[in-house]
Amino acid sequence: MNEGQKSPGIKTQLRPNIPATRALPWVVPFSLLFVWQWASSAGILPSRFLPSPRAVVSSFIELSISGELWMHVRVSTLRALSGFLVGGGVGLLLGLLTASLHWAEILLDTTIQMVRNLIPLVILWFGIDESAKLFLVALGVFFPVYINTFYGIRSVDRGLLEMGRTYGLSGWPIYREIILPGALPSILVGVRFSLGLMWVILIVAETISARSGIGYLTMNAREFMQTDVMVVGILLYAILGKLADLLAKGLERYWLRWNPAYPPTR
Amino acid sequence: MPPTFSSREIAAEKEGRSRGVSVRIKSVSVGFGGRTVLENFDVEISAGEFVAIVGRSGCGKSTLLRSVAGLEMPQNGTVILGKVAGQNGKPDVRVMFQDSRLLPWRRILPNVMLGLEPALIPQARKVLAQVGLAERANDWPATLSGGQRQRVALARALVHDPNLLLLDEPLGSLDALTRIEMQRLIEDVWRSRGFTAMLVTHDVAEAISLADRVILIEGGHVALDEVVNIPRPRTRASARFAALEERILDRVLQRRPLIKDQW
Repeated sequence: MNEGQKSPGIKTQLRPNIPATRALPWVVPFSLLFVWQWASSAGILPSRFLPSPRAVVSSFIELSISGELWMHVRVSTLRALSGFLVGGGVGLLLGLLTASLHWAEILLDTTIQMVRNLIPLVILWFGIDESAKLFLVALGVFFPVYINTFYGIRSVDRGLLEMGRTYGLSGWPIYREIILPGALPSILVGVRFSLGLMWVILIVAETISARSGIGYLTMNAREFMQTDVMVVGILLYAILGKLADLLAKGLERYWLRWNPAYPPTR
Repeated sequence: MPPTFSSREIAAEKEGRSRGVSVRIKSVSVGFGGRTVLENFDVEISAGEFVAIVGRSGCGKSTLLRSVAGLEMPQNGTVILGKVAGQNGKPDVRVMFQDSRLLPWRRILPNVMLGLEPALIPQARKVLAQVGLAERANDWPATLSGGQRQRVALARALVHDPNLLLLDEPLGSLDALTRIEMQRLIEDVWRSRGFTAMLVTHDVAEAISLADRVILIEGGHVALDEVVNIPRPRTRASARFAALEERILDRVLQRRPLIKDQW
């Protein structure tokens, strides 16, 4: 970059399309990786405690060639997504209902706020088998979606609703044209929060008890002191979590492209 | 620049000035939380008339307009709108607010199309062209200036071809130049289409330059009801314009008249 030609203002320096700026978020992770590899090679870091990056990479390649890795990833992803769809879907519907109808709020909100703390009961009933894992994820993602949908709808611009009524909108059209788009920024905040929570809950559930999935892979490796496989499992969770967040961000970018607060995709 | 309507177009449409409906406001009372805003309010507006309602803020002029629009329910009295042919005789009433109230998540053309069948897209494009924004049809409202947004809001109201257009200080937040431009645009479409118009404004000069009749509200009652007999298009520089403005302003501000004979 030729500093002499451009004015070195803050805006110019932080412009996202400059390669240096795009690389900036990765400086710290790669430095850590470098230090880690160096510490392992130098023998400062015993492989029982933490394997070297090179060992992790080779066990990742080994597991993916054998197909074992993809099987576990598929199982975990399916669990996460089905739990998310059930919990998020119910959260969205109940949020719409309680925010739109006053009697529904009075009737249901207290119960919903109490159900929140029923997780011990779920474990008591189901143990932590397959259905309980799905249930735990669903319950966990339910609340961020529910609460943000509720507040999103309640904070829709009154002026726009009034305008909609003077144009003869009511029923479904007023939801389609005004209420849902107006609540969408808030709903998407709930979705992003839920996607993060979804993986955390699944990690806990799979780690406690599972016969397949990334958590199983990790805990099984722990039994046999395969620290490299354990690290592969942990990194997989990190990557899947990041992917889920990227997906949510992409949805925000697309659905909220009318909003100057969300710039279009670069 | 919004195009003005050709005089031929105005003349042609003038013969069919039957779009407008009469408005009869009969002993309407509106109050909020024990405070009476309008009390036994009576006003009659004939079909096709352009009436401006002026007054200090809080005098009840917006409440009056909102009652006519059906956005406010009067505790007493009725608002009776004239019947029109078709649509079960129910007249089409549109409101233009101080803020444009465009849907930020819809592009300009879909905003104008709000509540309309897709078959009316050519009609919406035509009206958008009339307010001078044809080339902005696919833009987001956030990219438009305040004056452009109000023009879109006007187009959105006009595409329904209303019988009664209610304007609630629609130019209040615009800069002086854009205001004058918008006033001309509103006068032109009113002259060509012949709907009934009620304009709430705090700008006496705006009221005089647009309206057939200026009604001043004070303490929930009609304080002044003046017919504006100045030929259109009106220029603010004329003596009659200035005299009338002075008179109404004096009444608003409760000043003693400068020249006693005017009273």
